[in-house]
Amino acid sequence: RGSLQWESAAPAQYCLHCCWHIGVIIMFVARSIAADHKDLIHDVSYDFHGRRMATCSSDQSVKVWDKSENGEWHCTASWKTHSGSVWRVTWAHPEFGQVLASCSFDRTAAVWEEIVGESNDKQRGLSHWIKRTTLVDSRTSVTDVKFAPKHMGLMLTTCSADGVVRIYEAPDVMNLSQWSLQHEISCKLSCSCISWNPSSSRAHPAMFAVGSDDSNVTYGGKVQIYEYNENTRKYAKAETLMTVTDAVHDIAFAPNLGRSFHVLAIATKDVRIFKLVPMRKESTSTGPTKFEVQIVAQFDNHNSQVWRVSWNITSTLLASSGDDGCVRLWKANYMDNWKCTGILKGDGSPLTGSSGQPTAMSTVVGSSVQTSQNALNGMSAGRYFFPPLDPPRAGTRYGHLLPPSSLIEHCDAEPIQPQQQALPHRLSSRALLPLPEAEGQ
Amino acid sequence: MEEVDVEPAVTNIPAASSGTHLGFAWGPGDILVYETLYKCHSFITSRLEFPGTGSGDIHEVRKDEDIYSPILRKLFNESHHIFVGLQTIREDLPSKNKKPQFVSISKNYRSVIRACMEELQQVLQKWQCNMETRYVSILLAIELIWNLCEVLFIDAAPAGSLLLHLLDWVRLHKADVDEKAREVLQSESPAEHRDYWDVVGAAYVLQGRLEEARQMLVKQATLQPAARKMYKQMDTLLSKMPFYNPGGTQTLTEFDVKWRHWHEEVDRCLQDNSFASNKHLELICKILVGDEDTLLEHKDLLSTWYHFLVTRLLFCHPTVKPTELHYYAQSCLTMFLDSRSVPEPLDSILLAAFEFDIHQVIKDCSIALNNWWFVAHLTDLLDHCKLLQSHNLHFGSNLREFLLLEYASGLFTHHSLWQLAVDYFDHCPEFGRVYLELQIERVPLDTERKALKVLRICEQRQMSEQVRSICKIMAMRALRNNRLGSALSWSIRAKDAAFATLISERFLQDYCARGTFSDLDLIDNLGPAMLLSDRLTFLGKYREFHKLYGEKRFREASKLLLSLMTAKIAPRSFWMTLLTDALPLLEQKEVSHHIVRYAVYGLLLSNIKKTSKYSYLRSCNQRIFGFFSGKNNIKDVLII
Repeated sequence: RGSLQWESAAPAQYCLHCCWHIGVIIMFVARSIAADHKDLIHDVSYDFHGRRMATCSSDQSVKVWDKSENGEWHCTASWKTHSGSVWRVTWAHPEFGQVLASCSFDRTAAVWEEIVGESNDKQRGLSHWIKRTTLVDSRTSVTDVKFAPKHMGLMLTTCSADGVVRIYEAPDVMNLSQWSLQHEISCKLSCSCISWNPSSSRAHPAMFAVGSDDSNVTYGGKVQIYEYNENTRKYAKAETLMTVTDAVHDIAFAPNLGRSFHVLAIATKDVRIFKLVPMRKESTSTGPTKFEVQIVAQFDNHNSQVWRVSWNITSTLLASSGDDGCVRLWKANYMDNWKCTGILKGDGSPLTGSSGQPTAMSTVVGSSVQTSQNALNGMSAGRYFFPPLDPPRAGTRYGHLLPPSSLIEHCDAEPIQPQQQALPHRLSSRALLPLPEAEGQ
Repeated sequence: MEEVDVEPAVTNIPAASSGTHLGFAWGPGDILVYETLYKCHSFITSRLEFPGTGSGDIHEVRKDEDIYSPILRKLFNESHHIFVGLQTIREDLPSKNKKPQFVSISKNYRSVIRACMEELQQVLQKWQCNMETRYVSILLAIELIWNLCEVLFIDAAPAGSLLLHLLDWVRLHKADVDEKAREVLQSESPAEHRDYWDVVGAAYVLQGRLEEARQMLVKQATLQPAARKMYKQMDTLLSKMPFYNPGGTQTLTEFDVKWRHWHEEVDRCLQDNSFASNKHLELICKILVGDEDTLLEHKDLLSTWYHFLVTRLLFCHPTVKPTELHYYAQSCLTMFLDSRSVPEPLDSILLAAFEFDIHQVIKDCSIALNNWWFVAHLTDLLDHCKLLQSHNLHFGSNLREFLLLEYASGLFTHHSLWQLAVDYFDHCPEFGRVYLELQIERVPLDTERKALKVLRICEQRQMSEQVRSICKIMAMRALRNNRLGSALSWSIRAKDAAFATLISERFLQDYCARGTFSDLDLIDNLGPAMLLSDRLTFLGKYREFHKLYGEKRFREASKLLLSLMTAKIAPRSFWMTLLTDALPLLEQKEVSHHIVRYAVYGLLLSNIKKTSKYSYLRSCNQRIFGFFSGKNNIKDVLII
């Protein structure tokens, strides 16, 4: 008691291990948006500034949403893009204008450009997107589509189930109908995902990683890294991550924070974070950079397959989605120890999700469709007719902030019809919806 | 303190809980979550095959909720000024001179918290809403912790002064005492008020406010003349209690001797039952002697364990050393809390502070408060006081920078607070700049004004890549909306030659179609920017020619036209226009005849090109040759 000297009680002596983790991420649902796709949503993508988003679905359409001043989302365009499920949708950098790319089971990728329409349309909150090109080189489902970093110009990369990565370029950014196939890289294994290294060209040669969802572990590493060689003007394989032998579903390079190494997140049977440290190159060698591959973290909290990984802007948070039905957020503390700091989890609420949604036309229509769908499948439909038991709590922000029904209706890009008419129309169109993959094959 | 593994926070999404997946997309300030179903691409088909999956709703999930509270905006704004001021304190001053500055900065931070809290309370009273009550309690806790950290770490008061500071701390945070006292004093007969003894006992004596206690006792004494002697004795005890005067000449040892003397006297009074006939005075006497059981019997008056701690120190260990604090703190916490009740996060944080475990304080605060504001600013201040020096780590940035980056990144998601974040990033030497680069290019450029604001920030920091990108984005947007002038000026700012060429071409096309130029202001004032691309130079010079011609300065106009022709920067498609412009000049007497050669040269060039306007060419031909024949100067033509 009291025998400690002042010096020894100074904060210096604290075990660093005690600071394992700092910060827990508490999140809340700010609002829910009725996307009104007629089938599963496969991808949602923010534009560069976070003011627009694009959604794509098995209903073969893409929708574009704009955020208003007060933060509400309005669907400003919705159109049929492919003749099969649309897997991914992605935005080009705004330096190239308002440009989207999509890829589909129908073996194609497509580039879309928004054209500034008549003032009439603007008033109605609608925009026009026109197809600039269809890229038809793949003979199988196109599984991922990504624009290359903007300093490389307007370049689009696709990968497909036939194991080929294709790099296209639009030489004239004012004429997006002309794309030339610049590179065709055979990866030998069915490809599921690609990611460009966002590092600037000054520091490193252009580099991308491609993942394969081939589940045969005997085929070896499922993640390959390719690097551009200035001399041969071709992409050459720099590295295969031999330790990743299970199917890979998603892959994401972290933004480079001025570090000398690259960080890559991989979604496979678990979440993995790798560090790729370039090894010193001999001045005479012209081959691709060799890397020292280090595993930084590996988490099996999702229990089984992990399907998506993605970094936030500053790569301080990694999000992953897996078979446990959760989105998990991973964060490193200042000692580079990674840990799960947040979980987003379904609360098991009814399918017509957004509880507290005002009983507007869209809700009625939406739930009716749902109900008939479930009735067809012999499921009890009763529960969907009752409002959720919990009224929206005071202080929760999503209850009353849904877009008004009229705006949801706009998504169909057709005149708003009175409810009586809308209902049978919607139902019939749904019933007639062809199985998308039948066409795609 | 033992490491507690913190469970990740779970956020419920209104979606199915099993059988489906949650897809997501990162945004700048939030994450979008939706129900979906992932399968290997060759198998997945459609919701029709998996009935009942995927509600089709997209949920916007946000963190940093506090950022969006309008009340806290003031806190963010004002603390930003203090933060910036703190960063400019000169490094080279001897630390002795800096300490008072640090203490005053700490006090400034606290007064901002207080102001914010008071404003919040007013709002709450006015609107009777309980939406923001959460913030009041958070702010209260923050201020309480900050104040203690100030006393223990920043001011680092030595034995003697330490207790005085702790007394102030307790007094400040048990403000209900003053309210109660006012109520008693304002009543008709204060001495008969039912709270009278609570005020004298709890409020004043327990907090060591003995002067005030004496004044209150006088009121009671006058009512009880019979007990005057007893009151007089209590008054003497109270008035004689020694307090350490850090500025005085008395040493701590001298004070200690004096205090022990007084303590013995109080104890003697208790032993010989001086106050036995008045239970209130006896209670006060027991408090003065520091009787633990008595204190614990009046938990309701103390209300917290740390009040108990300070009172106990006051009457038992007034010369407590900083190093001994943790022992008393721990025992007071244990004594005060029932065996049943568990310490709350605030208790653990304060206890960690009494243990001088700065790291634990910061860590527990970041967990308990879900708010980076407090930990970032406090850690920054402690770092400036060189208290965190030994925590610089091998990996990446240190704790201070880590927390500041987190806080500033949160601010960046807000549509106006992001501007504050810039200064925070500026003061993070390791990763501040790259964070700023990544964040600032994502700021939505809703208007030209906002774009200019963002641009200025980037330019001040020589962030050339971001400057270029912002200008390119704005140029492209303007072009898409057919605002050629704006597009041109943005591409000049971006130094984007290719785009400037493209837009100049558009200008020239427009001129050919309409015969007039738009955005004259811009084109007339291009200056050296004109040199960005050949086409832009041509546009600028051509417009200059128009101006000269309009001002009837034909000699200069023709010279300029000539140079435009000789420099060969005119697009071929524009030669016809140039020739047409040359025609009236040829008829001017003072015009140099060189222009004639070039006119004819251009004519031949155009003929070779076989433009569609053949008949028009012929008419030009005739006019030019007519002109030559009239002047009898056919030689000139033959020379070519």
